[in-house]
Amino acid sequence: MSFTEKAVIMNEEEMMRAIKRMAHEVLEANGGVKDLVILGVQRRGVPLAAMLQEAIKNVEGAEVPMGAIDITFYRDDLSKLGPSPRVATTEMPFDVTDKQVILVDDVLYTGRTVRAALDVIIDWGRPRAIQLAVLVDRGHRELPIRPDYVGKNVPTSQKEVIKVKVTEFDEKAEVVVGEVD
Amino acid sequence: MSLNRKDVLGLEDMSAEEILLVLDIASRFRAVFDRPVRSVPIMRGRTVVNFFHEPSTRTRISFELAEKRLSADIVNFSVATSSFSKGETLRDTAENLAAMKIDMLVVRHGSSGAADYLSRVLECPVINAGDGCHEHPTQGLLDIMTMHQRLGDLRGKKVTIIGDIAHSRVARSNIWGLNKLGAEVTVCGPPTMVPGNIARMGVTVEYDLKKAVEHADVLNILRIQLERGAGADFPSNREYHRMYGVTEDVVRGLKPEAFIMHPGPMNRNVEIASTVADGPRQVILDQVANGVAVRMALIYLLSGGDPGALASGDAA
Repeated sequence: MSFTEKAVIMNEEEMMRAIKRMAHEVLEANGGVKDLVILGVQRRGVPLAAMLQEAIKNVEGAEVPMGAIDITFYRDDLSKLGPSPRVATTEMPFDVTDKQVILVDDVLYTGRTVRAALDVIIDWGRPRAIQLAVLVDRGHRELPIRPDYVGKNVPTSQKEVIKVKVTEFDEKAEVVVGEVD
Repeated sequence: MSLNRKDVLGLEDMSAEEILLVLDIASRFRAVFDRPVRSVPIMRGRTVVNFFHEPSTRTRISFELAEKRLSADIVNFSVATSSFSKGETLRDTAENLAAMKIDMLVVRHGSSGAADYLSRVLECPVINAGDGCHEHPTQGLLDIMTMHQRLGDLRGKKVTIIGDIAHSRVARSNIWGLNKLGAEVTVCGPPTMVPGNIARMGVTVEYDLKKAVEHADVLNILRIQLERGAGADFPSNREYHRMYGVTEDVVRGLKPEAFIMHPGPMNRNVEIASTVADGPRQVILDQVANGVAVRMALIYLLSGGDPGALASGDAA
């Protein structure tokens, strides 16, 4: 399987601008940073969560606590894919009970990752609410899940693949669309 | 890298990469133990059968906990409550299990090779929970995990295994696994309990306990298996304790950072002095916690169909 890149749909500047806007929306919807925590979904949701945390700090001057969640042991497709040896860690450096959680992921597609992430969070405690922030919403939901904050809506065909690149793991930050064959 | 095998029967045929993968996944599972909810749903709807044809408390409980923490469905049967007491053969039992469509079998048996036999009869993965004097791979893995957590890379690290080497499947699994990771293993015990050809496994034999432990980074003290007739190999428990028991005096001869392991259950004041068993050097309860994590990792890694299909980096 090889990935053929077709087009860049967001460059680094556009990514940063979208995250800044999402930071403002988060603050507006929640009336500030009180009880707010950010959880990034491993792996690429984590650097995006850190960028959102930084953007909120630049506006509000306060650092919102951040954690990371790994959904490997919560997937619903073990029999289809087999066990993943690529297990990352869940880092929950605070009690989520009664917190306002902003869940951050790179791409929203079928919604199954988010479903699993919700279960992980609830196994750690009982947040007051969970809101979903994604950099790209590409459609094709298989579950009744919708994002609260979206960087960019990108209509796609099911054959296409969206890749969010971040400087932590990739050579540069950008969002590309391509095809796998 | 994945566990490309149907069964885990021993550490003899496992590669260093596979062992390190199990330890890595096990460390992720250990993190789950500290949460308010100590289980994950990944094995929901899978049935694991624990077939214990030999008495076992901690291994059985550890497997059962591992399975429960993965949300698997569990069926336990042990010899006392099964038709073995009515004379059914191992083969018939296996065929019955196969007909009931189970997803995994964990087996403890008094005969060496029983797990291997069942793995060939059954289509589902089989995990050996100890077979006769052959291997006890999950104990080997949890021992290695405990050493790896403290010492890091085990290459060149010195491990001394003390006691009844001849009857011990724990010793054998430790030796296979530790050799693969590059540790230097010394075995020590009364000559009646150390097989003459054991050096061929790539270990050093030393009959003098004090010499065997002076450079060690870890002591792994085996249980004297009085129930396996080990009592015939030495004159008395007191005599054994005097010659091969790990006492405060032996501990004083250790390197300052060396630590002490025991797979349990302990015979206090036989192979280990009671004060040492409760002392600051021992990591016995850590071994117990690692045991659950290692078993979770193996069950997880042996489950599921096609590990090659994991490719797309696209988020779902």
